[in-house]
Amino acid sequence: MITLADIIVDAAAGQWPRVPVSADLWDLAGQQLAAGTWTLVAHWGEPTTVHAALREPATGTTGILSLDATNGHFPSLGRYAPAARRLERTIRDLVGLEPEGAPDLRSWLDHGRWDVRHPLGVQVPAVAPEPYRFLPVDGEGLHQIPVGPVHAGIIEPGHFRFTASGETVVRLEERLGYVHKGIEGLLLGAPLDRAAKLAGRASGDSTVAYAIAFAQAVEAACGVSVPLRAAYLRAIMLELERIANHVGDIGAVCNDAAFSLMHAHCAIMRERVLRAADLAFGHRLMMDRVVPGGIAKDIDQKGKSHISKLLAQIGKQFPALITIYEDTASLQDRTVRTGMVRHDLVAQFGAGGYVGRASGRSFDARKNFPCQPYETLDFEVPTLERGDVDARVRIRIREVEQSLSLLRQLLAQLPEGDIWVPIIPRLAEGSTLVEGFRGDIFAWVRMNEDGTIARCHLRDPSCFQWPLLEVAIDGNIVADFPLCNKSFNCSYAGHDL
Amino acid sequence: MRKLLFKSVLALPLTERAPPVDDRALAELAEKVQATARRRLGRSLSIRQVDAGSCNGCELEIHALSNAFYDLERFGFHFVASPRHADVLLVTGPVTANMREALERTYAATPDPKWVVAVGACALDGGLFSGSYGVVGGVSAVVPVDLHIRGCPPSPRDLLAGLLALMKRKIPRRILKAQAGR
Ligand code: SF4
Repeated sequence: MITLADIIVDAAAGQWPRVPVSADLWDLAGQQLAAGTWTLVAHWGEPTTVHAALREPATGTTGILSLDATNGHFPSLGRYAPAARRLERTIRDLVGLEPEGAPDLRSWLDHGRWDVRHPLGVQVPAVAPEPYRFLPVDGEGLHQIPVGPVHAGIIEPGHFRFTASGETVVRLEERLGYVHKGIEGLLLGAPLDRAAKLAGRASGDSTVAYAIAFAQAVEAACGVSVPLRAAYLRAIMLELERIANHVGDIGAVCNDAAFSLMHAHCAIMRERVLRAADLAFGHRLMMDRVVPGGIAKDIDQKGKSHISKLLAQIGKQFPALITIYEDTASLQDRTVRTGMVRHDLVAQFGAGGYVGRASGRSFDARKNFPCQPYETLDFEVPTLERGDVDARVRIRIREVEQSLSLLRQLLAQLPEGDIWVPIIPRLAEGSTLVEGFRGDIFAWVRMNEDGTIARCHLRDPSCFQWPLLEVAIDGNIVADFPLCNKSFNCSYAGHDL
Repeated sequence: MRKLLFKSVLALPLTERAPPVDDRALAELAEKVQATARRRLGRSLSIRQVDAGSCNGCELEIHALSNAFYDLERFGFHFVASPRHADVLLVTGPVTANMREALERTYAATPDPKWVVAVGACALDGGLFSGSYGVVGGVSAVVPVDLHIRGCPPSPRDLLAGLLALMKRKIPRRILKAQAGR
């Protein structure tokens, strides 16, 4: 049997070597994806090339395969791997390369509203949009419920089409792309500081994680390692971001299960995290604090003590809240066995974050791709098996506890020193995987010699979670959709980019 | 749980005093909002939030308005699920090409009199995202805007100050004067 290491054997060092492959090897990669021996990490295109970032779970080997597509097409990986399908539709929309044999050739991000087609490839003028064809559903007594793109709450836009038999959902089909801003297009040729800001706005709730991912990819390309103090401060921000999101969402899930007391208390806790972040780093969401080469602003003694105080406060209050979650039968009644996702599916899709870990996929970029400071810190990656709303909530509870412990260690060990080193640009590429609160974010950057970005690809964890939400709701009642959806809390912005 | 409930009853409230009303926001309003329409609405406003392409950062801070620290409802604002029940559309993000029609439709579905509040740097003029093939521009490129609340994202305090400006019946004279003197 061929291993991923056999293909990328001659490649330069680094975690994500990129190698050109033949169509045969590309096809072989598809078969490995189908067999589940490899996992798709990212899949994107350039005007005449397609790339697939892959991981071999058994060995931990990773690499990027690139196939020449000068002739305008490439063999579809989506034939073998459902995880590749929407990504191929995206490649087709943005770059104009045709995935040969792909099972689904409907447009995905291109809703027929842009002035151009293939904005990242050979551009051609747009044509009048065809109406979007939702998948046909046949059956007696079925009815359809279209929802969105504008929803009832304060949430991002997307379209959901439910087919229901009575109250039971028999199929959900998502249609996304509404908040596509063309971030990868804006990144073409962007100077480094502007590019970092754009990457930090791919998904606002994960701004720290995205900024770290972009910065690490640039640093990998330019052979820069950031000062240890900067790495620690990045991790402090990343864990604060994780706690803020987890706590807020735990409350929001309970709210959707009609238990607003938890919601109110969690919202207070989230606000306290954001205030501490503001006091320590000067921005509630910590936007633009991580920059290529390090971080933008150092933290002083006062900042440190604000975070310490926060940790003490949450450390005291969080357990009480969790007891409420665990002791409230009416809550468990809604969350247990609702929105189940099977282990084989999260493995097949390579779904990260709490969606994967609640269904038994133990993967966390902080453990599987250890870098400073995580490799020297003590923490666990909680996993559960049941894959329901309850399991996803419980994973997030355990992760808050782990993050609190990580923050204590980070503060105690925070080294002195510089917080930034200059990036000396060169013609080179770099990639990285960073564990945001939602899961692993992949970033690939090709730099120009003048320090501008030649091309950058960002892959949100939601890309491999959204398709599973369609499965999770199967057989549940329509009224449980908000609960399931919230327990996934996929990013629209990060997916649509 | 009982213990926690008692504790929250006995604890000091977290809710903070209202921030001072944003002068710049008020000035903008003075130009655009007619006193008659304001009178008709009384002291309560229903808000419909529309994400027209945001990075979701602005949504996070709009959400925060409902937590115990800011408690938006005490000022008579509440979020509603349908544009048909709304007085105010709170719009975030650069308007993407793919959201343009949805925003136009939401605006059309909102009964008169109505106000559009554009939230965030992106909603002002497209922000960092302007110039992209996927972006139409700021909110005012698609629907008329009455008030801009700046920031990336604006903090809940900024949001509250801007929204309170909407509520203020009397626009301070000094601002009117400043307007006249321009
Ligand atoms: S203003 Fe800032 S936070 Fe708001 S949508 Fe734009 S980039 Fe995101």
